Amino acid sequence: MKNPVRDEASAFQVVLLTLGGTALVVLAAWIATWLGVVVFLVLCAAALWAIRGGMRQRPAQAHVVRGDGEPVRRILVVANETVAGHELRDLLGQKAEGVSEDVLLVCPALNSKLRTWTSDEDGAREAARSRLDASLERLAVLGVQARGEIGDGDPLQALEDALREFPADEIVVSTHPPGRSHWLEQGVVENARMRFDVPVTHVVVDLESA
Amino acid sequence: MSAHAEAAHDHGHHGPPPANRSSRLDPTTLGMFLFIASEAMLFGAFFTAYFFVRVVNPDAPAEWPPPPYEFPVFVASVNTAILVTSSFTIHWATQSIKRGDRNGLRAGLVVTILLGSAFLLTQAIEYAHVGFNTGDGAFASVFFGLTGLHGAHVFVGLSLLTMAAVRAFKGHFSPDHYHGVEIPGIYWHFVDVMWIIVWAAVYLL
Repeated sequence: MKNPVRDEASAFQVVLLTLGGTALVVLAAWIATWLGVVVFLVLCAAALWAIRGGMRQRPAQAHVVRGDGEPVRRILVVANETVAGHELRDLLGQKAEGVSEDVLLVCPALNSKLRTWTSDEDGAREAARSRLDASLERLAVLGVQARGEIGDGDPLQALEDALREFPADEIVVSTHPPGRSHWLEQGVVENARMRFDVPVTHVVVDLESA
Repeated sequence: MSAHAEAAHDHGHHGPPPANRSSRLDPTTLGMFLFIASEAMLFGAFFTAYFFVRVVNPDAPAEWPPPPYEFPVFVASVNTAILVTSSFTIHWATQSIKRGDRNGLRAGLVVTILLGSAFLLTQAIEYAHVGFNTGDGAFASVFFGLTGLHGAHVFVGLSLLTMAAVRAFKGHFSPDHYHGVEIPGIYWHFVDVMWIIVWAAVYLL
């Protein structure tokens, strides 16, 4: 969603658009009252469409500056509760073969939109902290030494935030299988590939069959 | 309790824990966004009353305003031009400080304040000569209610802009720090948008 008053210049555009839209409504209403109502409704629908994103443009890729020639492979993992599976462990083992690995696990503080807008996200972060601690313990048992941090509720934003301080060589997105994964429905993997100039690997972890 | 809060308490920190915040939106801008959303709802309530009196009410007058009263459409239109111009000048002020032009910032703020004051003064004169009062019917009540509510918002906006202007003349703003101008600017644009809608609904339609 675009915030129409995210800064002064955007708010100024809203003024100009309101002026133009109002002129159209008034002109239409002077011709016929019902026409004015129709134009008003059409303009409201167009405004809502624009606020919800309009014709979405492909976002500019975020460039990640990495140190070349370092014998360390930095892997950024974003996962909610799917760290327990052997699929992820096997993948991390393959990625770090022959080099030392530096794994950062990001656990997004998932929150409902209603809670985000009406309350704070302390509860979501607390729950994410519990999941993160449990996940790090499981990874340690599986032989993967990783660090962890809590991220934004939006997994893409969490990745972007983490990349600012952790110039990863690769991103791993761990999800439930298709049909049970909200992230896959939201296109998190595809959007991550578009948004970051870092190889993105998707690993499916089926906890129910494990 | 969040990890941040735990860390803070471990170091003997007193007072409330640091707030968790998203990197997606600046908190002050979010605050102004939510404030404007609540203000839009307040205006929505007044518009509901206005359209009820004018359209839904079975005793609604066939002509608006009911004869023999008339609204000063020309004066209100001139006032609209004044307020729309003030949106351009506050935009000029904000763009100036983004470029590091402090004189442009000061000039833009002063001109905006003068235009806003001219709007309020014209509205006060309009009230004095409009020829009816709040007791002359529901149409008069909603007229004074809507335009008066907006006038109160102009007054608040002028107060915010005056504070920003005082700070500007003290040299408080720079191309990296101009939130104190931008936030009142967003509010001022909101006030302008609401007036355009009030003007069209009450005076033109």
